[in-house]
Amino acid sequence: MIEATRLTKYYGDFCAIQNVSFTAQRGEILGLLGPNGAGKTTTMRIITGFMPATEGTVTVEGYDVFKESHEVRRRIGYLPENPPLYNDMTVSSYLKFVGRIKGVSGKEIPGSLDGVLERCSLTEVADRLVGQLSKGYRQRVGLAQALIHNPVVLILDEPTIGLDPKQIIEIRSLIRDLSGDRTVILSTHILPEVSQICNKVVIINEGRVVVEKNLKELTQGVTLEEVFLRYISKEAEEGAEEAAFL
Amino acid sequence: MKNIFVIAGKEIRSLFVSPIAYVVLTGFLLLGGWFFFNLLFRFSYLLTLYTSLQNFEGLQGLNLNEHVISPLLHNLTIVLVIMVPVITMRSFAEEKRNGTYELLLTSPLTVTQIVLGKFLGSLFFIFVMILLTGIYPAILLLYGNPELGILAAGYLGLLLLGTVFVSVGLLTSSLTENQIVAAVTCFVVLLLLYVLSWPSETAGAALGDVLKYLSVIEHFSDMVKGVIDTKNLVYLLSLILLSLFLTHRSVEASRWR
Repeated sequence: MIEATRLTKYYGDFCAIQNVSFTAQRGEILGLLGPNGAGKTTTMRIITGFMPATEGTVTVEGYDVFKESHEVRRRIGYLPENPPLYNDMTVSSYLKFVGRIKGVSGKEIPGSLDGVLERCSLTEVADRLVGQLSKGYRQRVGLAQALIHNPVVLILDEPTIGLDPKQIIEIRSLIRDLSGDRTVILSTHILPEVSQICNKVVIINEGRVVVEKNLKELTQGVTLEEVFLRYISKEAEEGAEEAAFL
Repeated sequence: MKNIFVIAGKEIRSLFVSPIAYVVLTGFLLLGGWFFFNLLFRFSYLLTLYTSLQNFEGLQGLNLNEHVISPLLHNLTIVLVIMVPVITMRSFAEEKRNGTYELLLTSPLTVTQIVLGKFLGSLFFIFVMILLTGIYPAILLLYGNPELGILAAGYLGLLLLGTVFVSVGLLTSSLTENQIVAAVTCFVVLLLLYVLSWPSETAGAALGDVLKYLSVIEHFSDMVKGVIDTKNLVYLLSLILLSLFLTHRSVEASRWR
């Protein structure tokens, strides 16, 4: 379970996100939607403890990300926008290394390694150098890296970007399989992806949450595209009205 | 503790799969060999010269420690000033550029573990490099009789100096995401530490002493002469600790930017 409360982040004078709040329950796949530059990556980086929020709090499984960062990081699997790969390592030695620093004990490493290799269909490239892999494989190694320590929370930043249609379908079904009793947050700006795999939607625009609803409630009789555009443009109109009023 | 070794192991492995390590190692040993050959050649030349001139005073002054080992170690420090930045420049800068910094900082590791792991990794490589130059004094031991204690003190000095250089290299690498910037900054800092004592004779008594104490080479020279003074050890160890502490701060601070 993830609970973000009134998150605000400033980079210098620039406000990346403001008062972002939402919750994601266990077993839920939450889609974080928004145009480019809306603040999706910033929000995810705060949840994973990569950087602190200027204001606001996040708890993951009841632990405060800022105060009990160690406990949180142990429980989170994170796939950043660019998969964090070492090109000079083989797939299996890379995954072993990640497993070790994520706190998987030496004895459990072979088991978890085989598990993720199989899950992400990487077994046949296990001994290849990461630097020689195609984009699709690299993305899957990135996903395997997020899963190696069997985390209860998964944060995936645009997990299907740069993949071919077949790979996109595979990754989507993998994410759906993974959800089970995990909490998954994934960001994307591909709307059909959300309608296919998410059960909850949070739309962020210009650093603010404009809607947080279950997918079913949101798309009664309309498509997600229409909903998305309505919320994004409503925001813009209100902004314009405010400006006119001032 | 386990995490530190996991990171150190990964550092060592990625050093040895990159061509940089072999280029640096070969270059270091090649230059060391050239220095050794020349010093030894000069030594034997002086030996025959003084013998033929029947210059007994000169002959008595000639010894392997002072005329071969000491200048050899001094020359090697200069090569270290150039080579260490090349080895340490990747440590943090490359992680930042690669995006793997995000992996490290979102893993259940403490900043201390990351810094010490990287430190031990680079240190291992530099130690291997320095100890391999032990071949040259070993040849002397085989055919001559240099003073062992002085030799050991000299090598201890070289290893400590290498440790100082590595810790400075980590610091400069943690400050940037550009490897070239990291290497050049490290090189400049190390060279400054080296030449800081140059104006010590003209700068007046008090300032001169301070500059002399702050320069890394003055302390090294003592050790090469066989003197291991706590003053030297305290200086070198505090430089190492200071650099590591600042590296820790700089990694921690990168979260807040």
